[in-house]
Amino acid sequence: MAGQVHILVGTKKGAFIFDGSPERTEWALRGPYCETWPMNHVIADRHTGVIYAGGGNEWFGPAVWKSDDLGKSWTHSSEGLKYPEGETPIKAVWSLSAQNGHLYAGVEPAGLFVSEDKGESWTHLDGLRKHPSRADWQPGGAGLILHAIQRHPDDARKIWIGISTAGVFYTEDGGQSWTPRNKGTRMDYAPEGQRYPEFGQCVHSITMAAGNPDRLYQQNHCGMYRSDDGGRNWESIEAGLPSTFGFPSAAHPADPDTLYLLPLNGDSIGRFMPDGSAAVYRTRDAGKSWEALRNGLPQENAYFGVLRQAMATDRRSPAGVYFGTSSGSLYVSNDEGDSWHAVAHHLPTVLSVEIIES
Amino acid sequence: MAQGILKNAMPVRVTVSLPAPLVRLFPGSCEKVELEADCIHSLLGELDRRWPGMADRLSDSSPAIRKHINIFVEGRRARLDTPLKPDMQVTILTAMSGG
Repeated sequence: MAGQVHILVGTKKGAFIFDGSPERTEWALRGPYCETWPMNHVIADRHTGVIYAGGGNEWFGPAVWKSDDLGKSWTHSSEGLKYPEGETPIKAVWSLSAQNGHLYAGVEPAGLFVSEDKGESWTHLDGLRKHPSRADWQPGGAGLILHAIQRHPDDARKIWIGISTAGVFYTEDGGQSWTPRNKGTRMDYAPEGQRYPEFGQCVHSITMAAGNPDRLYQQNHCGMYRSDDGGRNWESIEAGLPSTFGFPSAAHPADPDTLYLLPLNGDSIGRFMPDGSAAVYRTRDAGKSWEALRNGLPQENAYFGVLRQAMATDRRSPAGVYFGTSSGSLYVSNDEGDSWHAVAHHLPTVLSVEIIES
Repeated sequence: MAQGILKNAMPVRVTVSLPAPLVRLFPGSCEKVELEADCIHSLLGELDRRWPGMADRLSDSSPAIRKHINIFVEGRRARLDTPLKPDMQVTILTAMSGG
């Protein structure tokens, strides 16, 4: 029997959890949790069921919150989550990844920390901040944030991270040394002749294809890309999309050729749904072609955006697809994106959406 | 801005008021505390000894009191190196912040 699906939602004012019926048609909302701190990323360790929420509070600084009981009770810690004296202090946690007993946290200003004790304490992996390109990293609109962490499913030492706007970096020694992996991704806002640099691109999200760790998809500020060699080379797959601009990307849980995107109208004309008409875009052929999925989504006056970590898929068949909007709505599809229904309309700004199945 | 840390003074007993949003983060803490410290930095250390993690909520790695936290000693805004005298009133407040 299929387990229960829970939607973990990070918002500008706390974490929320939706408990779903087995059919994924009825949803009950709980929250807000984490004392209504801004929660940039709420995730679950799929093997232990522990929920982690990373964020930062204007008064009290950064912390990772933890719940061992599906959100009923929470603790928090930032022990070790700090840079050496004299450096700019950490403002917030932006991304989390729990896998194989290692919990990683990406922070602002960009850096990566690891916890080996389920978030009780943290160790800085300083190889990234010692990278020779570090002095030239530029902050994006949300700051100099490490917002994407992708882990190799079988090798804990191999990690891809995304920093706005330093680009994608890769390690295969657990974070001691890093190499940029941005070849083929464009930087439209650089002078002509300098638009394919080694680093500095504005990655918005990275997602790994099911069962194929060498295949990565990337939504960038400037285009949509696929890599079939672990990020060494990226190929544009934006033909057929309504714009080159968007934030999240979500891979199908079983089919490496299927991917979901939420293109916005562009980076300088509002960053909302093209023509005010909402659509999720799906490819079933690894980006060669795209189809707009609109059934159940608002088709007029939809002036919302969807942020970089605010779309996810579950592991069921047919796959569920979920996204939350900047205007506080949460949409769910239980049929691979063919149809959608709203399960909430008045949440705070949604910053992240993740799924846990219990 | 980094704030110097006073060392080697004698700890004295002071009364500390904690803001409600901070107390809610640390079960078992309370809004009025008596403790011994020689400066604000050591006061935060004593709070942290009682409620692990509390110092990080009030100060950052600069080291400095967090930007949106105000600590007043006898009504005057303090820094980490502000010295304490016996029976002083220390008030920790959250500043106007957010949206």
